[in-house]
Amino acid sequence: MTDLTRLLAHEMTDRLRAGEITSRALTEAHLDAAEAGNHALNAWLTIDRERALVEADAADVRLASPVGAADAHPLLGVPVALKDLVSVKGGQCTAGSRILEGYLAPYDAHITERLRAVGAVILGKTNMDEFAMGSSNEHSAYGPVANPWDLETVPGGSSGGSAVAVAAYHAPLSIGTDTGGSIRQPAALTGIVGIKPTYGRVSRYGIVAFASSLDQIGPFARDVRDAAALLHAVAGRDERDSTSASVPVPDELLHLPASDDEAAAGLRGKRLGLPREYFVAGMDPDSRRRIEESVAALEGAGATVEEVSLPHTDYGLATYYIVAPAEASANLARYDGVRFGPRLGDSDVLRNYLATRGRGFGPEVKRRIMLGTYALSAGYYDAFYVKAQKVRTLIKRDFDDLFERGFDALVAPTSPTTAFQFGAKMADPVAMYLSDACTLPVNMAGLPGISIPCGLSEGMPVGLQLIGPAWSELELFRLSRGFEALTSAAQWRGQEPTQLDLTTDPAQPTPAERAQALAQH
Amino acid sequence: MPGLSRSDVEHVAHLARLGLTDDELGRLQGQLNHILDQYTKLAELDTDSIAPTAQTIELENILREDVVTPSLPVEEILRNAPDAAGGYIVSPPILSDESGG
Repeated sequence: MTDLTRLLAHEMTDRLRAGEITSRALTEAHLDAAEAGNHALNAWLTIDRERALVEADAADVRLASPVGAADAHPLLGVPVALKDLVSVKGGQCTAGSRILEGYLAPYDAHITERLRAVGAVILGKTNMDEFAMGSSNEHSAYGPVANPWDLETVPGGSSGGSAVAVAAYHAPLSIGTDTGGSIRQPAALTGIVGIKPTYGRVSRYGIVAFASSLDQIGPFARDVRDAAALLHAVAGRDERDSTSASVPVPDELLHLPASDDEAAAGLRGKRLGLPREYFVAGMDPDSRRRIEESVAALEGAGATVEEVSLPHTDYGLATYYIVAPAEASANLARYDGVRFGPRLGDSDVLRNYLATRGRGFGPEVKRRIMLGTYALSAGYYDAFYVKAQKVRTLIKRDFDDLFERGFDALVAPTSPTTAFQFGAKMADPVAMYLSDACTLPVNMAGLPGISIPCGLSEGMPVGLQLIGPAWSELELFRLSRGFEALTSAAQWRGQEPTQLDLTTDPAQPTPAERAQALAQH
Repeated sequence: MPGLSRSDVEHVAHLARLGLTDDELGRLQGQLNHILDQYTKLAELDTDSIAPTAQTIELENILREDVVTPSLPVEEILRNAPDAAGGYIVSPPILSDESGG
């Protein structure tokens, strides 16, 4: 019998519609896989079997009804994992933090409502860096997540749990958020597809906020078509998020070419830019070769690739690490121990604030609150925050200029390196921040960016990033689907994560134990 | 730009309402100064004539009909409160003898 967890989401759709499988069977197979693999991977903070099976049964009823399935969204009956900062009514929503321990969401996020409306099955909530601040998932208050390609390495972050859930076949699809690379970088490090849509594409109502001018929600999947289908399900205007735009969501997202020949033919005549500044100092030379080979493959399929410049790239890191912490320090002021979450000091309100926030937040979150508070404080506001917002204008203009010159998309690495060992960057925050050097300028400019697998370097996945103008997700998916088609016969393409077999062995150490053992070396 | 002194770090922690241990304050002083060093790079750029960007998509004010819609029930909200009584969230005292008012 086929292992149902190995199917792609669109293959699940086909089998559900043909009556060959039920959503209950699919859901059970994934819940079993998630439960079996969670000891060694720690990708999940909650696995909600009971609720998932209720949703699966409801999907099966819709699939069996005479009118039900024909007009239904392809995700009807298909399992999905949500990052643990998406509100699901009545369920926990920790954002990876102790300060939200015990909090139960009193309402559904917009995207949760959308997923329910299409009939997707929510399996549970995934691990993440606390408040989405991190590039390795080591900043979760609930322990690190291991990468199934090498259990001593990180999966990237902050959406590390969502990425691993998909890479390790616990779910065909998952939702993450991306403020500076938190979808694309873990997608690259775990060998899957992840897209950060245009700012304003997906409503953030019911999502725990980190940096509100940068945060976007997006999908993870094991192929391009699946990622497009999940974006289609959750995107679109919602009046409860005033930044969600009324830009139409094209139904063509559900009809990307199935045929490899057709998909690859779509690359002919496309004009792509290769920004030279993205081959940053410290970029791993073998990862760089994978990007160069990918560029050669795109050219071989009839695309033109020109070297271009985004001259302010080098200022991105400093700009981001002013703007994002400043917004975070304001957003995180609401965690005060008064209205929800644990209250750790009771004698007076100031002591309560100091104790609750001092003990409830982890080290990276405190670091960023401190940075942001400082950058916004009297006497420094103009020098830091206003200056950074002006440089942000320059960064955005770099991209605008290229797209005005007619480039369809830019091609770049997603991450300067493949997955690194636990602990490798924990002692030096700036080294950790550099993991996002190739992704965070895209957030600064509000643009869509996708990471797709483009090969292996010393056995570890490498991601190729495509960046497009605002609202060009469909074009990015088409280009990505073309690249996927070009490489469909590559040896690495069908390869499962190297240490996947170990993840179901209960005798294996947990990720926290592995990290601790490595730290003692 | 001179670095952050220990008392600067304590001041920022107070503004942020973070109760930090001596160890944390010491560690943060070094880390924050290291990060602030990266910021000095921005001074290379002349931005006098550049307008700041607060958000990237061209959105205008969006008005909706002023229609009453149900709010979340009080009991649902109070369920998450660390302390509640009589339909209200109970806060620790804002004025107390110890804090000097």
